[in-house]
Amino acid sequence: MKKTVILGALTVAGLAAGAAGAATLDDVKARGSLNCGVSTGLTGFSAPDANGVWQGFDVAVCRAVAAAVLGDPMAVEFVPTTGQTRFTALASGEIDVLARNTTWTFSRDVDLKFEFIGVNYYDGQGFMVPKALGVSSAKELDGATVCIQTGTTTELNLADFFRVNNISYEPVPIETNAEAQQQYLAGACDVYTTDASGLAATRASFEAPGDHVILPEIISKEPLGPLVRHGDSEWGDIVRWTLNALVAAEEYGVTSANIGELSAAPGNNPEINRLLGTEGELGAMFGLEADWAKKAIMANGNYGEIFEKTIGENTPIGLSRGLNAQWTEGGLLYSPPFR
Amino acid sequence: MSDTHAQTVAFVRDTMTEQQEPPLSQSGAYKWMRENLLSTPLNVILTLVSVWLIYSVLSHVMPWAVFGIWDASSLSECRTIRDELYGADANVACWAVISERWKQLLFGFYPPEHYWRPVLAFVLFLVAISPVLFSSLPRKLLAFSVVAPFILFWLIWGGTIWGPICVALGFVIGWAIIRYASPYIGALGSVILAIVVPLLYWFVLAGPLDDLLASILPIGLEQVQSKQMGGFMLAMIIGISGIALSLPLGIVLALGRQSDLFLINKCSVIFIEVIRGVPLIVWLFTASLLLNYFLPPGTNFDLMLRVIIMVTLFSSAYIAEVVRGGLAALPKGQYEAADALGLDYWKSMRLVILPQALKISIPGIVNTFIGLFKDTTLVVFIGLLDPIGLSNAIRASTEWNGIYWELFVFIGLCFFIFCFSMGRYSLFLEKKLRREHR
Repeated sequence: MKKTVILGALTVAGLAAGAAGAATLDDVKARGSLNCGVSTGLTGFSAPDANGVWQGFDVAVCRAVAAAVLGDPMAVEFVPTTGQTRFTALASGEIDVLARNTTWTFSRDVDLKFEFIGVNYYDGQGFMVPKALGVSSAKELDGATVCIQTGTTTELNLADFFRVNNISYEPVPIETNAEAQQQYLAGACDVYTTDASGLAATRASFEAPGDHVILPEIISKEPLGPLVRHGDSEWGDIVRWTLNALVAAEEYGVTSANIGELSAAPGNNPEINRLLGTEGELGAMFGLEADWAKKAIMANGNYGEIFEKTIGENTPIGLSRGLNAQWTEGGLLYSPPFR
Repeated sequence: MSDTHAQTVAFVRDTMTEQQEPPLSQSGAYKWMRENLLSTPLNVILTLVSVWLIYSVLSHVMPWAVFGIWDASSLSECRTIRDELYGADANVACWAVISERWKQLLFGFYPPEHYWRPVLAFVLFLVAISPVLFSSLPRKLLAFSVVAPFILFWLIWGGTIWGPICVALGFVIGWAIIRYASPYIGALGSVILAIVVPLLYWFVLAGPLDDLLASILPIGLEQVQSKQMGGFMLAMIIGISGIALSLPLGIVLALGRQSDLFLINKCSVIFIEVIRGVPLIVWLFTASLLLNYFLPPGTNFDLMLRVIIMVTLFSSAYIAEVVRGGLAALPKGQYEAADALGLDYWKSMRLVILPQALKISIPGIVNTFIGLFKDTTLVVFIGLLDPIGLSNAIRASTEWNGIYWELFVFIGLCFFIFCFSMGRYSLFLEKKLRREHR
């Protein structure tokens, strides 16, 4: 019920905002900063550090866009949004880009009048259980109590999964991830379910991570991506190709270490030349400088570098690339050609 | 006859004996314990159970808190230090998160080199509020209380000094109209004029005047945006502005509800009932989400200001009801006596009715204020980083993911200090204003 009301309100909102959004690029340039909506706090994806500087995987997208458009990765005003406020903030023009681990779904794209510009992280919903429970598959969870965040797609996926497998469960509704951790550790629920990345981060923070297992079943597709408003395709293009540039840079071996050298003069790989603006005029086509992609990549490195720095295997979260590897390495990352 | 007596009495005391200490069972801690803790078998049992309860709570909490680790850069480092010091199964707090992030919890993302500004603003606020709270202080300090809001605003948000001055000028204009024009155009006319003229001035003249003055003489502080404020600073800004604005508004609403004028009466009733009948969280969502659509696109109506307005309206509805309780408790004779003295409405309210009604309402008013101050944490749901919101954000960093109680203990302690001092002040005020003999 609550969800329907919110969706209804958002639909009206989306209609109203369609008229409002135009020439976001000019607004951003005039303002001198990018307004970027992020999560109020999601481990590895967006969180302020001790100095109040936002860090994380989603944050890096904002910084890359700011670098491409304004030449300064720090020229970002971060607007912390909650699950309830994120879409209104974007629809009403309070933010230019929403990079907040938002699942790309049909209704959000079509009905809410947004434009998902790509996927920066392929996630899926998983289950975590204590090892002591002796469960090895989610299908053995008949009658289990499940901690679940309310108002998210995970809630719906969970219901679908249990119905399809004809088993029952008892939901324990919780509001935040932190609450879920405490409830789960205190034994209020047998199972905690959320996106697999979130489960990994949660498990990493436990005293004894080895006592808990993440079950092999991934019950949903959660392509998380940045999104912009409908109606300003030029702006959508800029954000989309900034993300593509980060992905392509990894594919072509452009890193923050060698980018200075590669962009100094045209090399023998025309694709890299076009990407870095030493050849052709890709930047000018959407009203940016020729070296827009170079700046975007220099902000935090290419996609792989960002991944390693924020959520990769060397961080406490320790996510492996999995689906988020390049297509050449069996993953789903595939940037259209820069041509 | 007297002789026989003299012979039968063997000893007559002619000096007083030294005063003795009362017996041990009748004095000091022993007596107190006997009377208060161990007077009957039932009480003995209850005492023992209570002592055991207190002990079992403290024996868990105290070692956790006292042996806590203060110096570490992440939760895992905290755990390593703990393993070295106390062994792996010891349960101790990791206060290091507080020592690393306390500035963020207090000031949010306020630029660190400007921390002195909110601190100074807080000190000035205490100075400004003290003559209002304690009537023994020199009355001249009240002049400072009047200008303090503008100084505080300027200190916290920065910008040129002319902005607050231009706004203040509007109030001066209003005051001057009431003061000097009322003999010529009458009381009602001057009140209307004193509302209309400053409003016109603010909407039309104040902006350009501010720009002009700022371009001629740009003195001021570096501007800080509302977005950069968070933590307790945010809670206090919202709480204090809400408290300061809702009291007068609430009193006006309470008087409006008592009024015989149909329109004023009904408007007040509708306002109070509508605001009070809807949860605060809904009003906050209205402020953050719905208003975005009503306002023309591109308007930059500060979210914090919207929240302050909503919180103020919300608590003024409650204050109005509390004050109405005070008004209703006054005997009718007080109203009639004020009328019999020939006082007009405002004078009778100001001199006779309100001083008594407000005195009765003090506990209720302070109760509402404490509630309001704690309710500021609800802004977490609209994405403002108040202490609770920041605790979520801090927990989301990879260093501190998994930390829980330490942050809440710290936040709870800070809130307790504020709310407890408000409660104490209310007791002090009640005692001071008590006129009847009991």
